[in-house]
Amino acid sequence: MKACVVVFPGSNCDQDAHHALSEVAGFETDFVWHAKTDLDAYDLIMIPGGFSYGDYLRSGAVARFATVMGAVRTAAAHGVPVLGVCNGFQILLEAGLLPGAMLRNAGLAFRHDWVGLRTERTDTAFTGGCGSEQILRMPIAHGEGNYYAEEEMIARLEGEGRVLFRYCDEHGVATAAANPNGSINNIAGILNEAGNVLGMMPHPERASEELLGGNDGAYIWKSLVAHLKAVPVG
Amino acid sequence: MADLTAAAIDDKILREISLSRPEYARITDLMGRPPNNVELGIFGALWSEHCGYKHSRPYLRTMPTESEAILVGAGEENAGAVDIGDGLAIVFKIESHNHPSAVEPFQGAATGVGGIIRDIFTMGARPIALLDSLHFGPLDSPRNRYLANGIIGGIGSYGNCVGIPTVGGEVIVDESYEGNPLVNAMCVGILPHERLTSATASGVGNPLILVGADTGRDGLHGATFASVEDPEASARGVVQVGNPFLEKLLIEACLELLETGAVVGMQDLGAAGLTSAAVEAAGRGGAGIRIDVDKVSRRTANLTPYEVMLSESQERMLVVAEKGRQDEVLAVFDRWELHSDIIGEVTDDGYVTVFDEGRQVARIAIEQLTDAPEYELPVERPAYLDEVQRLDLAAVPEPTDVGDTLLELLEAPNIASKYCVYRTYDQTVGANTVMGPGADAAVLRIMGTRRGIALSTDCSGRHTYLNPRAGGARAVAEAARNVVCAGARPVAITNCLNFGSPTDPAVYYQFTEAVAGISEACRRLGTPVTGGNVSLYNEAAGRQIHPTPVIGMLGVLEDVETRCDIAFKDESDVIALIGPLESGLDGSEYLKFIHGLERGAPDIDLDLEANVQAACLEAIQRGVIRSAHDVADGGLAVAVGESCIAGHIGASLDLAEVPGRRDALYFGEDPSRIIVSMVTDRIGELEEICSRHDAPVQVIGRVGGDRITAPPVIDVSLADATEPWNQGLANALAGERDKG
Repeated sequence: MKACVVVFPGSNCDQDAHHALSEVAGFETDFVWHAKTDLDAYDLIMIPGGFSYGDYLRSGAVARFATVMGAVRTAAAHGVPVLGVCNGFQILLEAGLLPGAMLRNAGLAFRHDWVGLRTERTDTAFTGGCGSEQILRMPIAHGEGNYYAEEEMIARLEGEGRVLFRYCDEHGVATAAANPNGSINNIAGILNEAGNVLGMMPHPERASEELLGGNDGAYIWKSLVAHLKAVPVG
Repeated sequence: MADLTAAAIDDKILREISLSRPEYARITDLMGRPPNNVELGIFGALWSEHCGYKHSRPYLRTMPTESEAILVGAGEENAGAVDIGDGLAIVFKIESHNHPSAVEPFQGAATGVGGIIRDIFTMGARPIALLDSLHFGPLDSPRNRYLANGIIGGIGSYGNCVGIPTVGGEVIVDESYEGNPLVNAMCVGILPHERLTSATASGVGNPLILVGADTGRDGLHGATFASVEDPEASARGVVQVGNPFLEKLLIEACLELLETGAVVGMQDLGAAGLTSAAVEAAGRGGAGIRIDVDKVSRRTANLTPYEVMLSESQERMLVVAEKGRQDEVLAVFDRWELHSDIIGEVTDDGYVTVFDEGRQVARIAIEQLTDAPEYELPVERPAYLDEVQRLDLAAVPEPTDVGDTLLELLEAPNIASKYCVYRTYDQTVGANTVMGPGADAAVLRIMGTRRGIALSTDCSGRHTYLNPRAGGARAVAEAARNVVCAGARPVAITNCLNFGSPTDPAVYYQFTEAVAGISEACRRLGTPVTGGNVSLYNEAAGRQIHPTPVIGMLGVLEDVETRCDIAFKDESDVIALIGPLESGLDGSEYLKFIHGLERGAPDIDLDLEANVQAACLEAIQRGVIRSAHDVADGGLAVAVGESCIAGHIGASLDLAEVPGRRDALYFGEDPSRIIVSMVTDRIGELEEICSRHDAPVQVIGRVGGDRITAPPVIDVSLADATEPWNQGLANALAGERDKG
């Protein structure tokens, strides 16, 4: 199975993502440059974290115009799983592949922390290997992760079960104290309508080995591998 | 052009470039004619303390710089390189950005981080970690809080964007840094030996390529600015603005470039910009260099040759390509959408010659520039030492409630958790961080091997103020002890020597003595100096900072799985102290924070230190002990408290029978002491190891429960201890605290 990590100028979690996908998840993994026009060869597309184009404007606001985003859009329409992490999530929002927007963190400061995520569904490509309401621990590292959408859209996301991860405490309760950035309903990750595009702020690629403080991120890789074996793309 | 003959030269011109009249005369002698203004500017920059180390070089030469592991020694290149096995090397260096941060804290600190990162990837290494040693004035002043929060914000903004994790450092608060905060940034990189790249310009006709930012008027005179005693009175225009995105592109492009083999040398543009980069590179290569300043892309109209040569615009690199292969180099830069210009070439005449549209505007022999004058200024033991070293404990009342004093100390900004600062830094990008900030040392895994490295920065401004030689030695010893506590063997240091004005004989005494102390400790502990930086003239409003040598230590773990942390682990584990139990109160945070006293003569026995470290390291490597934490600020009680807080478990100490003052026992900070814990049945092994290394060891208590107790004097709940420790610094930085 082949995965790719999309590299924009300013991506800085690309190597970590490559390492996790190839060494932990077992994908044959390529870096693909932002100027690439087709991604047909790949079973999984990952848009990594970083500060694409410096993010001096709104995060992801420039990257959405990159050539490669056309190919990402095409692949997503064909059902290829697309995972956007951190800046990758922000880019997917700006590109309109996911609804809503990011505001600056409630505390107005960049925040790094290990957080708890409650898995809201286990019937998706990304979480098939997780237990019901399983708590996953992984790091966040962002200044703009305060997810926002209009009330109607939030109601739709909730109603359609498209909130996949929610910040929670050690008991799995989505408390205000467990929310690191002020996002609506403690939202940490959401799916598109078809369920094959996931945007999430926390970094599963940094939590894929016990040596680095935890390997809960590996649940996502295992889920994707199992999903792709059962439901090959194209 | 101004008349620059010796008689006519204006004091004001000399002051602007921080050259003395005798230095000017020497330049005229060397050149056989008066320099023109471009040439004078070039001399001023390269003969500045920042570039030329004219007041420090004679002493820096006395430091130990060699060991089997050193691949690139101090002063040879932009940073030192150390072999860590498996064909890999670590490149690391610490550098100051104190004066810019005093004027514009956010950009001053951010560009400090940017500058040290360039020193590392210039060597061909991928940067993998940052650490920052920060010193602020008291946080009860809004001005100091503004500086502190700006500096912390600037460091985070640059490191987070460029994607290098900040894994450690220090935050220290003291009156002596009022108006002159210290920002010392350390960067660590990794590379295979064969990729080590020299900052050399050689090979006649090889093109010089300037890549990155366009050149502007920003940062003019930055190198000489570092020698100005009151930066705030000086122009704001000398502070540069950082662009971490551009830096990220430069890192990736330059590392990719090295794969082509078309590069002869690479040098970053730092202090004194193009001038220092070109001259240093040509000096290393024993060559000459021709620069056409009109080929340099500008961001501002009407820059003079002088301004182009001395601009300190950030995020620029100078690459010497192999003649005929420059297109390969330019193609890599194009791919990364970086602007580059061919601005000159290597010559064989030993001169730096600068042209502007074909007209020669400067020509100087490179050996004259790289051979800055050296000075040994008057040294005089300061009179204050006799006064402050006298510590009359009879006049210091013992605490009425030792437990309350412990809680007060846990809240002191110098002791309290630095989490509120670190949480604004990305600590895990790169997926190598095994132990981040908050431990005695950070630990990173070395991908593709079993190895790890441990990193720590430590300093001892107060100790060095009270006893300069011992202070220097203690900084090295503490840094080494910290990496030992993480389970690593200390292998080498980088240092940043922050001192006041060297023309003050008392300051020069502090400097020479501290350097001697650092050297003694490095020799005894087997950790040579790989380079670093000297920052003098740190004073504000006529007051010198405490002499503050900051040590950045590199340690190596053969097997990263044998690492150790500070947290107590399980009920009934035994707590022991490696090292002597008795301590004085000299130079302690307790005396300062509780009694407002900076007194005593802190000292160190380096043989004892080496023995304690050897014993602790062996105990960790053999898996005998489960936690290790050095006794530092706040003494033994604070160290035990921190191990409890980290492990979410209490402890009880059994020290009632120990004679002497309770405050010295619990809050004394004598060095060479490490608190360890282990399961009961391994205490015999620890005793055997310690006896073999001739290191004292004794059982002092047990882990367990939810209280920290030392009957009959300390009995506090873990929750009551955790709260002030968590909040102390956060509240001080937010201005919600009176004392600070």
